Amino acid sequence: MSAMPRAHELGLIGCHVCGLVCRDTQIPDAACPRCGSALHRRKPNSRMRTWALLIAAFILYIPANVMPIMRTASLGDADDNTILSGVIELWVKGSPGLAVIVFTASIVVPMMKFLVLSTLLLAVHCGTNWARIQRARLYRLVEFIGYWSMLDVFVVSLLTALVQFGFFSEVEPLPGVVYFGLTVVLTMLASMSFDPRLIWDCKEEDD
Amino acid sequence: MNPPTSHPGHVPSASSSALLICEHCDTVYRRRSLARGDVARCARCDAVLERHQRIGLNAMLALVATVMVVFVLANVWPIMTLGLNGEQIHTRLWGVILMMWRQHAQVVAVLAAGTLFFFPLCKMLVLGWLLVHAQQGRRAPGFKQLMIVLHYIHPWTMSEVFVLGVLVSIVKAQLYFDVSPDTGVFAYAALAGLITIFSGIDLRRLWDTIPAAENAS
Repeated sequence: MSAMPRAHELGLIGCHVCGLVCRDTQIPDAACPRCGSALHRRKPNSRMRTWALLIAAFILYIPANVMPIMRTASLGDADDNTILSGVIELWVKGSPGLAVIVFTASIVVPMMKFLVLSTLLLAVHCGTNWARIQRARLYRLVEFIGYWSMLDVFVVSLLTALVQFGFFSEVEPLPGVVYFGLTVVLTMLASMSFDPRLIWDCKEEDD
Repeated sequence: MNPPTSHPGHVPSASSSALLICEHCDTVYRRRSLARGDVARCARCDAVLERHQRIGLNAMLALVATVMVVFVLANVWPIMTLGLNGEQIHTRLWGVILMMWRQHAQVVAVLAAGTLFFFPLCKMLVLGWLLVHAQQGRRAPGFKQLMIVLHYIHPWTMSEVFVLGVLVSIVKAQLYFDVSPDTGVFAYAALAGLITIFSGIDLRRLWDTIPAAENAS
């Protein structure tokens, strides 16, 4: 037995919902004796689900960036903003510090999620032992920062509610923000459905 | 810091809660008692296995009660105020949600209502319910289902992000208008702080700390 035994080597399963350590009975529809959730060694269909959600998120991410997310109308003069132009406006007129934060939340984080999750999936597919601990860390990072991408969605919502003076001045949301909100939700679902245990499932020569 | 790594276990002999499985790589450990400030990390993948929980059930209940008060204030008080021609326009969370609904961004309205209102509220009510019963040393009715609910809504509360969103909105709107933060935003900031304290609490331990009723298995 290896020095650091893994659950399946000892015939154990950790419940994914409540964490209880259960004996692996090999029965297909076993339920956790404590919380009643279905027991499985790995998240079911983890790779297919993650790919599907990730691709769906990427498709929605294109209109989210290309289409404007918000319209600022003032005295009949309309100005449409995309995510990127909003960042630039903040950089030029407001504060560069906040522009960096918004840029990180709206562009860097989603792009990083696409890159990291697809790298993780491809590496699992190849069954490589390459940089496992770094991959595990990247996964935890993506899980931790993922929901901060909602920032721009909340900003558009707040500005819409705040600036409502009819013809004189008005902010209204445009379809881009809906696509962006959905992208964030889908990437969150994608990172939740990826099973980090898969990173460690290939054969270990040393250890 | 000097993280004490738990020693890998050998064979499951004693009760199962003596064992601990790393959620990120499935390595099995024997559970060790942690001293104040200790964090047990997985020796294989470096994920956090367990933290010392210095907040007891009573303190948790107090924290939940505080969060509920702050949550009510954050929703009642206006978040931002816009002054125009002597007119003051206040914005509250529900104003934001309803405005997005009316402006044909129903998806966004639903997302905001869920992540900023219903999920946080639901989480606090459920926890409060569980903890009030735990004080009397028993499991609340519906304990099992509610613990599962807590597990699933946990990633979908986003009040912290909203605080940052308010900050960015104020800076953006200030380019054109006279906007100032209102009392509600301070309530939100307090809420974000309390949520950070909460994030260190492992709610799963309620399974262990609140004993099951004698008729339950």
